[in-house]
Amino acid sequence: MDCSLLRSLINRYCAGEENWVDSRTIYIGHREPPSGTDAYIPQRYPDNRIVSSKYTFWNFVPKNLFEQFRRIANFYFLIIFLVQLIIDTPTSPITSGLPLFFVITVTAVKQGYEDWLRHKADNAVNQCPVHIIQHGKVVRKQSRRLRVGDIVLVKEDETFPCDLIFLSSSREDGTCFVTTASLDGESSHKTYYAVQDTKAFHTEQEVDTINATIECEQPQSDLYKFVGRINIYQDRDEPIARPLGSENLLLRGATLKNTEHIFAVVIYTGMETKMALNYQSKSQKRSAVEKSMNTYLIVYLCILISKAVINTVMKYVWQSDPNRDEPFYNHKTDSERQRNMLLKVITDFLAFMVLFNYIIPVSMYVTVEMQKFLGSYFITWDDDMFDSELGEGALVNTSDLNEELGQIEYVFTDKTGTLTENNMEFIECCVDGHVYVADAICNGQILTGTVGMDMIDSSPGAGGKEREELFFRALCLCHTVQVKEEESVDGIKKGLQPCGKSSSVYISSSPDEVALVEGMKRLGFTYLRLKDNHMEILNRDDDIERFELMEVLSFDSVRRRMSVIVKSSTGEYYLFCKGADSSIFPRVIQGKVDQVRARVEHNAVEGLRTLCVAYKTLAQEEYESVCKQINTAKLALQDRDKKLAEAFDFIERDLILLGATAVEDRLQDKAADTIESLHKAGMKVWVLTGDKMETAAATCYACKLFHRNTEILELTTKRTEEQSLHDVLFDLSKTVLRHCGSLTRDTVSGLSHDVPDYGLIIDGATLSAVMKPTEESSSGNYKEIFLEICRNCSAVLCCRMAPLQKAQIVKMIKTSKEHPITLAIGDGANDVSMILEAHVGIGIMGKEGRQAARNSDYAIPKFKHLKKMLLVHGHYYYIRISELVQYFFYKNVCFIFPQFLYQFFCGFSQQPLYDTAYLTLYNISFTSLPILLYSLIEQHVNMDILKRDPSLYRDIAKNSLLRWRIFIYWTLLGVFDAVVFFFGAYFLFDNTTFTSNGQMFGNWTFGTLVFTVLVFTVTLKLALDTQYWTWINHFVIWGSLLFYVIFSLLWGGIIWPFLNYQRMYYVFMQMLSSGPAWLGIILLITISLIPDMLKKVICRQLWPTSAERIQAKRQCLSVEPSTIFMLSQTSSRISF
Amino acid sequence: MGKEDPKVSKPDNTAFTQQRLPAWQPILSAGIVLPLFVVIGLTFIGIGIGLFITSSNVQEIEGPVFMYYGLTNYYQNYRKYGISRDDDQLFGNIDSLKSPANFCSPYQMGAKQMPIAPCGAIANSLFNDTFRLFYKVNEVYTEVLLDDNGISWWTDYNVKFRNPPEINGSLKNAFEGTVKPLNWPKPVYELSTNPNNNGFINQDFLVWMRIAALPNFRKLYRRISEGNWSRSLPAGNYSLEITYNYPVLSFQGKKKVVFSTVTWMGGKNSFLGIAYLVFGSLSIVMALIMLIVYAKYQVQIDRDM
Repeated sequence: MDCSLLRSLINRYCAGEENWVDSRTIYIGHREPPSGTDAYIPQRYPDNRIVSSKYTFWNFVPKNLFEQFRRIANFYFLIIFLVQLIIDTPTSPITSGLPLFFVITVTAVKQGYEDWLRHKADNAVNQCPVHIIQHGKVVRKQSRRLRVGDIVLVKEDETFPCDLIFLSSSREDGTCFVTTASLDGESSHKTYYAVQDTKAFHTEQEVDTINATIECEQPQSDLYKFVGRINIYQDRDEPIARPLGSENLLLRGATLKNTEHIFAVVIYTGMETKMALNYQSKSQKRSAVEKSMNTYLIVYLCILISKAVINTVMKYVWQSDPNRDEPFYNHKTDSERQRNMLLKVITDFLAFMVLFNYIIPVSMYVTVEMQKFLGSYFITWDDDMFDSELGEGALVNTSDLNEELGQIEYVFTDKTGTLTENNMEFIECCVDGHVYVADAICNGQILTGTVGMDMIDSSPGAGGKEREELFFRALCLCHTVQVKEEESVDGIKKGLQPCGKSSSVYISSSPDEVALVEGMKRLGFTYLRLKDNHMEILNRDDDIERFELMEVLSFDSVRRRMSVIVKSSTGEYYLFCKGADSSIFPRVIQGKVDQVRARVEHNAVEGLRTLCVAYKTLAQEEYESVCKQINTAKLALQDRDKKLAEAFDFIERDLILLGATAVEDRLQDKAADTIESLHKAGMKVWVLTGDKMETAAATCYACKLFHRNTEILELTTKRTEEQSLHDVLFDLSKTVLRHCGSLTRDTVSGLSHDVPDYGLIIDGATLSAVMKPTEESSSGNYKEIFLEICRNCSAVLCCRMAPLQKAQIVKMIKTSKEHPITLAIGDGANDVSMILEAHVGIGIMGKEGRQAARNSDYAIPKFKHLKKMLLVHGHYYYIRISELVQYFFYKNVCFIFPQFLYQFFCGFSQQPLYDTAYLTLYNISFTSLPILLYSLIEQHVNMDILKRDPSLYRDIAKNSLLRWRIFIYWTLLGVFDAVVFFFGAYFLFDNTTFTSNGQMFGNWTFGTLVFTVLVFTVTLKLALDTQYWTWINHFVIWGSLLFYVIFSLLWGGIIWPFLNYQRMYYVFMQMLSSGPAWLGIILLITISLIPDMLKKVICRQLWPTSAERIQAKRQCLSVEPSTIFMLSQTSSRISF
Repeated sequence: MGKEDPKVSKPDNTAFTQQRLPAWQPILSAGIVLPLFVVIGLTFIGIGIGLFITSSNVQEIEGPVFMYYGLTNYYQNYRKYGISRDDDQLFGNIDSLKSPANFCSPYQMGAKQMPIAPCGAIANSLFNDTFRLFYKVNEVYTEVLLDDNGISWWTDYNVKFRNPPEINGSLKNAFEGTVKPLNWPKPVYELSTNPNNNGFINQDFLVWMRIAALPNFRKLYRRISEGNWSRSLPAGNYSLEITYNYPVLSFQGKKKVVFSTVTWMGGKNSFLGIAYLVFGSLSIVMALIMLIVYAKYQVQIDRDM
């Protein structure tokens, strides 16, 4: 938001440079800290006014106009309009002024109305009452008057008015529930925690006595990141410092749920809240079609300029004879005679530019935008992409990329939650090599005790029993799962009662944890709840065990593990750690590593997700040092993450291995089918996952990314340890290239089955080695070789990827020499970077929150919907928009080229061929709707066939319908048609009459004849291209021809009082009263259309595309060939 | 988020939203286009022959004869020339009569800054040669009556052009305060003695005011529809008396006079007939080419399937 930027800049300069610091200090309740502490630095903060409106009353007109004229189309029109105003031009300024005025006014009114609504909404928000605490009393205030440091009271179901630090809650444990649906779309309740030392202040009076300062970073837009520190002053002691994190920060826009009220202190206000900072739009992606459109536009601009130059030069050559320049019948005025020669040339040049300016299809931009905007509704409306479980269909976040969906060459997909359900089910655990399988649950009844366990190996001894229980306890304690009671689900408050086992629901951001805790429940250890910082477990003997939760070393994707430190009722300190095998095994010093490792590997091959569990006991003093270490790290304002990681790394070592777990993540419905279709459609599918190689590879086999006959090439750390990276790469490239040679020779279709296809597996570490720029010159080489290998592999699996690496891979492919079009699809926050990086980003509305869906260009409920999205919607949109673009250029060539030719017959005098009304309305109304409707509903092949036969997607690969060859064909066709129109009419008019009463026609009849042929030809050309005639097409195509005729009759039927010329009076009707005119029109239309028809038929016969083959096949099957026009009704389940 | 009630956000399930509207899906395959071309070819050849014959018949001077004058190298479609008129003035508007539009300049104001009526370059350059036709019978020349009625568009004569309202029953008074165009020998209200053909609705003037599309053009001068010549011009000796006023040599132009009859399709113009014939034949040839292509490659395509 530029407003806030401006304001902060002003603040910065008003307050003086020295006050601009990286952090801010907030005095809770505006109470100054006791003297002797840090110097009071007054900082000015904005008030809590939200300004989402763009304009104010007085700047609306200039600002809106400025923004509108920044668009190239409007600007072009404006220039033409100004030229027309300034110099004497053949067409009146109205021809470009009127459409411009219309477009600008409509847009301005629309934007003004929207802005007025925003003003209203802003006012409603800014004036909405909030409760703040002043002098121990609750005072009502308008929201916009909130200031940083105020203490506010927020009641249930109220929305937070600004960003707040949570001080205390009506709930005893100092938590509150919040939904952030309006911020990130996640409707689940999230728990936030009050600051430990203030959570006891429950009433207004108590809260008002808090004497503390908060130091925190300056506002930044990341919703999930916050670093701060609170200093609490009590009784003149040294202040107590506590860390603040995002779990203490309540964001503006979120809503308080299931909590009576809370007290919180304002830290960011108005335009500095995270919500406001997130208004900023994402970077614009542009589609390949748009790029070629702009290139063509430049070509046409060159044509326009050269036409004007040719005519200007010709004019002066022609005029060199004074009798031509100024014949007796056409004298110039004195001022014209005396005008400077150079000025005359420039004026003439500009006049020609104006005359031919319609060749640049300015209306194309408007039409393309409408097509994209309206067309994207078909995606959201699509019933096949509606997920009844989720209750949502596909979402379109930008409609700019619709056609890009038809151009995808590389698909990068996440594994968990994208290919798989992310619906975890606990399968087994292994304690010291003994395997326990959780029995199936029968009708929701949980079998407790040993009955539920199926001992595969021999029963463990007494020591084993102890270890086993420790393992179960570890899994019950080492997690961040919350228990949601049934009451809160229903929204009925009954107070907190000890709830039955079946009535509680586990909630966690990680489905693995839920699966594990639920698995433990089946094995006899039930996690009950976290109460007063004590975790309660119901053990096999139905006794409640209580562990005090001391520290949580939370999970992150770099460490790939998490730990908890608990204190048992007997006073022992335990550290339980669970994580990926690769991150646990190196830290283990004791335990049956080999057995567990064997089991883990076995499970991974089966496609199960494995985790290892380890523990260590801590002595009291050890715990204290650990505690101190963590706290110092947490209190740091700078580099907190780095310091925390160091601390965790130090703590989580010398562990004792307990065992491993295996959780199954089922494949998504039709994932294999989708992948296979994408392959057949010529796309390369890459799986990028953080999972380990074996698990990922198993998933890849299951979803048919790799086939049984796929030759797997491995580029993993394991291999590079044996050989140098250099050798491995060269080995692989040799293997691949050997086949590549034979591949290019004999496979045109690229589908022959005897050539083995390759699959590549690479892991994150090796990848970064490949990508790492070293000082050696050969490093660039590595990347090239790697790309070469990848190019020849049909599938690539990248495992052990960090989120940023995913984006790096996408970028590497995107910028490789062919510049392929990439698509990234994922569901989690870790996929956001690659979704933003790829040409098209698709988010899956998954279980891991809505971040991916929010940052994506399109969001779909399930992976399987990708198939229809690309193969059907993408294909259609590409076909439609490419025809739209080509057709627009074509029809404007047809339109303007006769006018160019006419200059050679009117002494280069810039005489327009057509009447002003025709010039203005040609693109706006006579020929606009048919192409718009075509580009919305054309289907060259039925969607069922497109889905059944993915190889049709190859037809349109590499922007094939917008190649230069095709563009030139369309342009030449336009020139041909224009020549036919013009010279047809010329010879018809040549020195003769063609009326039965001997009267002559003038120049306007000539132009109208050409124009009539033009409108009919151009519309019928589209009709010939239309392969899907719904009633709408019939209506629009025949309707716009009818409209042209009716308009012309009307336009020439009346003496228009507001016009200063009546040149069109009865011209059209006189023309129609002549038989030869009719015959001429029919002849010229036919001559213009037939060559294109012939070309189409011959191409279809000799070089059919696969779509055309399908069409022909369908035709053979459906109707007997005797009928001339074959009617085939689409199989429509639903009638309109 | 619609989780409670999935039907809330469920899209409308109509044929339109699902892109499954019933549709006719024609395919331009050789099987359809081939007969189409043959049909077009045959039809066009038929029309072409008809047109050609009609056009050839024009030569034989039968039916009422029309007399045209032609000019070459004359750019009536020159833009500055074409706009140099005031349609309001020609519509009989008094205000415009007294203050002609600026487009008319340099033919806007005459001597003493008096408005020119009719103003503008087109009116000023009115073609002013006159022709008289004589038929020689028995060494005696009889003048052929030339009819100047109906040589301009009906709408021009009746609607688009009007004289300013007469003052005291006199057209001359209506034009009081205006001057004649520079090149004219006499003012506009003296163009003809016939009150229905005088002033702005003079037929010769109307014909001239409809500017020609191309630099070589013809304009209708008279119809021969009276007396003995209303059916046709009989064979014999004719003599044409030309009053030569209009200069064309300065711009290398030529003048000509054309006598022509008119059929339903107008004057003699073989273009349309020939074009139809040529194009019809081409269609047949194209159909043949397609037939060959079809016969040669269809087998292969069928096999591919």
